[in-house]
Amino acid sequence: MQGKRKMADEQKITLAHGSGGSTSYELIRRITRVFGKPAAELNDSAVVGFGKSRLAFTTDSFVVKPVFFPGGDIGKLSVCGTVNDLAVAGAVPLYLTASCIVEEGFKISDFKKIVESMKKAATQAGIRIIGGDLKVVKKGEADGIFVNTAGIGMLRSNVSISVDNAKPGDKVIISGSIGDHGIAILSQRPGISFRTNVKSDCAPLDSLTGIVCRFGKKVRVMRDPTRGGLASALNEIAMASGKTIIIDESAVPVRREVGSACGLLGLDPLQVANEGKLVAVVSGSVAGKICREMKKNRYGKDAAIIGEVFRGKSGVYMKTIAGGKRIVEMLSGEQLPRIC
Amino acid sequence: MPAIVKELHREFAGPTRFMEVCGTHTMAVFRHGIRSMLPPGLELVSGPGCPVCVTPAGKIDEAIALAGKKGIILATFGDMLRVPGTRSSLEKQRAEGADVRVVYSCADALKLADETGKKVVFFAIGFETTSPTIAQTILDARRTGKKNFFVYTALKLIPPAMRALLESGEVKIDGFMCPGHVSAVIGTKPYGFIPRDYRIPCVVAGFEAYDILESLLMLVRMKKSGKPEVANQYCRWVRTDGNQRAVEILNSVFETSDAEWRGIGVIPSSGLNLRKEFLEFSAERFVDSGISAPEEKSGCRCGAVLRGAVKPTDCPLFGKKCTPDNPAGACMVSSEGTCAAYFRYAGKKKNG
Amino acid sequence: MCLAIPAKIVKINGETAEADMAGVRKEINVALLSDLKTGEFVLLHAGFAIQKIDRKSAMESLKAFREVYGPDFAGKIV
Repeated sequence: MQGKRKMADEQKITLAHGSGGSTSYELIRRITRVFGKPAAELNDSAVVGFGKSRLAFTTDSFVVKPVFFPGGDIGKLSVCGTVNDLAVAGAVPLYLTASCIVEEGFKISDFKKIVESMKKAATQAGIRIIGGDLKVVKKGEADGIFVNTAGIGMLRSNVSISVDNAKPGDKVIISGSIGDHGIAILSQRPGISFRTNVKSDCAPLDSLTGIVCRFGKKVRVMRDPTRGGLASALNEIAMASGKTIIIDESAVPVRREVGSACGLLGLDPLQVANEGKLVAVVSGSVAGKICREMKKNRYGKDAAIIGEVFRGKSGVYMKTIAGGKRIVEMLSGEQLPRIC
Repeated sequence: MPAIVKELHREFAGPTRFMEVCGTHTMAVFRHGIRSMLPPGLELVSGPGCPVCVTPAGKIDEAIALAGKKGIILATFGDMLRVPGTRSSLEKQRAEGADVRVVYSCADALKLADETGKKVVFFAIGFETTSPTIAQTILDARRTGKKNFFVYTALKLIPPAMRALLESGEVKIDGFMCPGHVSAVIGTKPYGFIPRDYRIPCVVAGFEAYDILESLLMLVRMKKSGKPEVANQYCRWVRTDGNQRAVEILNSVFETSDAEWRGIGVIPSSGLNLRKEFLEFSAERFVDSGISAPEEKSGCRCGAVLRGAVKPTDCPLFGKKCTPDNPAGACMVSSEGTCAAYFRYAGKKKNG
Repeated sequence: MCLAIPAKIVKINGETAEADMAGVRKEINVALLSDLKTGEFVLLHAGFAIQKIDRKSAMESLKAFREVYGPDFAGKIV
């Protein structure tokens, strides 16, 4: 362990450290240990006591490229991302602040569009943006625009949600198709150039989590799988809870175009980013009901039960369409198009 | 259980070892969870069919040096980005400021040369599936008079590697699952020497679970019958003669040469070099001589893994000092490396 | 050893063509093939079409696949 830490200190930050996979996870674990709990618990939001209530508090930075993409823009993303981190903690999102770092030369009309997107997303999520900050840096010192949002929410009193809370017999639910956001973004990147109708699934999850949280303590874990995809989110749950999760490949919703684009690029849809999906680990006794309720919501139309939690060594496995069984690993390194 | 799996169990006649010679097959076997469906005693071993894994560390060191040169853009397939050379990798060099770009196609590298006007060197690795695409791009570069496009090649051929493995006799192999997409280009005839000279059956196999299971069944049957031959399971894409046009284009630009395979050594006539008339596209002119001799990390058993002599789990570094996040050897870094596949899909357990 | 997927030729422009893979569109190089027709399926690798499909074999494979994967299997092979 000592040797590994020493080697890591000698290295430089690489893109892999920001990809949301195992390399990021390791670095973030080391950093948050410096700050102790609740940061070190690595939940999507920190939950702190506030008198008789509990508050959820979270922050996120957004560096998406391109800034405008099919299905949204960095403004919508920055609001939904933070709303979702609050929502999956079991909180009612209340207030956000937004801090922007803009590169000299960025079009004001584009900046206005982004701000309007933020307002629209905030209204939809029922939250207010109550403050912010703007910094401008010289041309070349930031890539267009970077946005940070911080959010605060009130924890619902009837839930006890935590990443280490999965229990044997629990079922795993996903709110819809996976990989849409990652493919929508990749389709806009120069150098890969493929065209598709896939739009980012960027959306606020507060209404969906509201539905799920009606089931109180029967809801164990909620996560919004972003970078690193569903695979990374499930692995985080399995590792923290010390349990085995087995999912069924034929139950995982993947849009045909997303599957095809992944095949073209050599990507595993399980590891491709999402921005509007909810993973919920819930008691087996209420899974069916929760799934049916989610389907009534516009963001949960394709909700599905995809797996189950078992006692056993922590890890995530998948029963393949072919009838075999294999491990589902966390994304390692930066996501690269594979050809060979 | 699907009918084909039942048949495989029924016809299986005792301890058997088949080798799949293709990184994409290694991955497909794991991705579909094939091993969990096989009869006990049917062992699948991986061979040196991962072009990234068999690229010598010295070549990677040279590519890294090229990337660091002023005015040069090094274009590479994504797979090569994290492969460790002796001291560094292209990814680490990029973090240090080298201009390294990931491309999906060699043609994209040529486009890059067009758009930037800078010298673009394409790091060309691959087998017979990929080599014709590089040959065609070079022909396009010549036709359009490009003076700033170069290739740094480490292209290899599969059948000579299979022959070298059989000659060494290091691993007893009862049959080969031949690479489906290489065969789409070269056809099925180049494997003829295997049943003829070594009495071992071959099946050219596809990559879906059914393709692999059917290919294994065909191999099991041929082994039982004692009549080895080259059979084609992947008929929808593989013809006996392959794609003659692609082969002609390949041969017009490249000629065979001896090549060094990481972990195996030099295999005669197993590599491709630019023909004399296309040397203007060679990036060799930018390579400094005297790059120090590379050494493999002590304990790394990539070589033995690539020859099918040991399993990844037999390597002392596997899962401990060597993981996908901290790879010691190419087999762990490449997305199709045997060790990476084992780690990703089977964890640290012995059977997938 | 090489990732390759089926693609349908939508429009041919000399040595390049527009290809469709279940709704994903891409411009690809078809110089390695001759006598290509619109609507044909090709094997796409690293931006190049490297072989044309044998329709009869493909249909047989699809039939066999459906036995294993179920009748809803949309046929990744074509």
